[in-house]
Amino acid sequence: MATAFKETLNSGKFVVTGEIGPPKGTNLEKTVHHIDLLKDKVDALNVTDNQSSVMRFPSLGTALLIKERGGEPILQMTCRDRNRMALEADLLFAYTRGIGNVLCLTGDSITVGDHKEAKAVFDLDSAQLLHMVRILESGKDLGENELDGAVKFCAGAIVTPEANPIEPQLIKFEKKVQAGAEFFQTQAIYDLDNFKKFMGYVRGLDKNIKILAGIVLLASARMAKYMNESVPGVFVPQALIDEMATAEKGKGVQKGIEIASRLIKQLKEEAICDGVHIMAIGREEVVPDILAAAGL
Amino acid sequence: MIVAERKPLEDIKEMIAGYKKILILGCGTCVTICWAGGEKEVAVLSSQLRLASKKNGNELEILEDTIERQCEKELVEALKDKVQQVEVVLSMGCGAGVQTIAEIFPDTPVYPALNTKFVGMPEGEGIWVETCRTCGDCFLDKTGGICPIVRCAKGLLNGPCGGTNSGKCEVDPEKDCAWTLIYRRLEQQGRLDTMRKYYPPRNFQAVIRPGKVETLQA
Repeated sequence: MATAFKETLNSGKFVVTGEIGPPKGTNLEKTVHHIDLLKDKVDALNVTDNQSSVMRFPSLGTALLIKERGGEPILQMTCRDRNRMALEADLLFAYTRGIGNVLCLTGDSITVGDHKEAKAVFDLDSAQLLHMVRILESGKDLGENELDGAVKFCAGAIVTPEANPIEPQLIKFEKKVQAGAEFFQTQAIYDLDNFKKFMGYVRGLDKNIKILAGIVLLASARMAKYMNESVPGVFVPQALIDEMATAEKGKGVQKGIEIASRLIKQLKEEAICDGVHIMAIGREEVVPDILAAAGL
Repeated sequence: MIVAERKPLEDIKEMIAGYKKILILGCGTCVTICWAGGEKEVAVLSSQLRLASKKNGNELEILEDTIERQCEKELVEALKDKVQQVEVVLSMGCGAGVQTIAEIFPDTPVYPALNTKFVGMPEGEGIWVETCRTCGDCFLDKTGGICPIVRCAKGLLNGPCGGTNSGKCEVDPEKDCAWTLIYRRLEQQGRLDTMRKYYPPRNFQAVIRPGKVETLQA
């Protein structure tokens, strides 16, 4: 049976996904609050997997929590912390608990996180993880053994439209499409002209690939500059940095909401892509405001 | 070749503390080339240890020698007389050298003076970079002679991650993104189709650790 998220993807509706970052510890109060705040306002909620290589409450546990609260989770799985056996086992469990959407990622490097001396696994890469999902669906595991009960997932991946150079990134993107990725959530985008070019390429490749543009809320001109200079694959045009700089003191987030909602509105009205993935990164409280301002 | 670096002097002093007569043994192959454990480095370490022991009022007697290869049994066996004269051997070979000596002289403690780092090649004067992970299933035919298993920080087989940044790696902006290098090399050779192919997960049975190769004698 297709997941509710998969049905929305196929419905032609402009899809909106959000993101929940699990807590550092066992206090789930804030997480539950964010889930309750967003679950009925978006089509699905991603759960990050030890995001930025910082050890946290597991993505699988948080996805279950979303399920229990009546939301639709997208389980993020990275290849950094688990070998193929652990990833397979987690997917078997996820499936039995009604978690039917999975986002396959390589994962950040160990060295950017808070366990710098840990062993990085990377037994698989993101394309291989997507393949693995399809193999499990066929009733076998990666060791070619028969499964007593298979799985079914709506599997997605990520892409960085502003990667530099872009060509190797697109080759990998095409491999992910061939591996059966049904949807893509992108790294944050801010320049719609560049993004339209990327979408032109995607549509030329395959009209059925669903692309959800990554929206990251800007909170200040400083943050916009930092993203530009220090986050790989992110480009914030100077005009947006200048616009952020016009915000009155303490009103940066307000300006960020304005910009994010404007981007979303244009993406939807001009049917540039199939939806958006909003990453609030600690500012989940304002996601409903972004959606309201975008008319969603 | 195998690339190594000498351990800090303090660590070495701690290892040999209490001994009165030692043999510092260099190796004439890889670690000579990478300036870590050849004849010259043996002489330097020897004088440093001598000076340090004198300062502490101790008399440390040091024999010095450098053989062509510490990982070759016959060459190590020839050291029998010298080894019998000392309490310990301080090896300036790689880990394989240390273990060969330890195997042949089981009654004599052998200490490593080097940290063995990787299999690599020279990048510039006095600079060596890791280029082979000794994975046992060489992938270089598919990647234009640039190994992603070792030169990509994540060892990815199917292209770059999202952390690639203007041809550099997110982990260390000083290092090149291996997949950008591979892309450019294959493009130059008109072989980009090789990069478009999907490569399945690695077979970690290619070398069952600890590795063993048996070559049939003619």
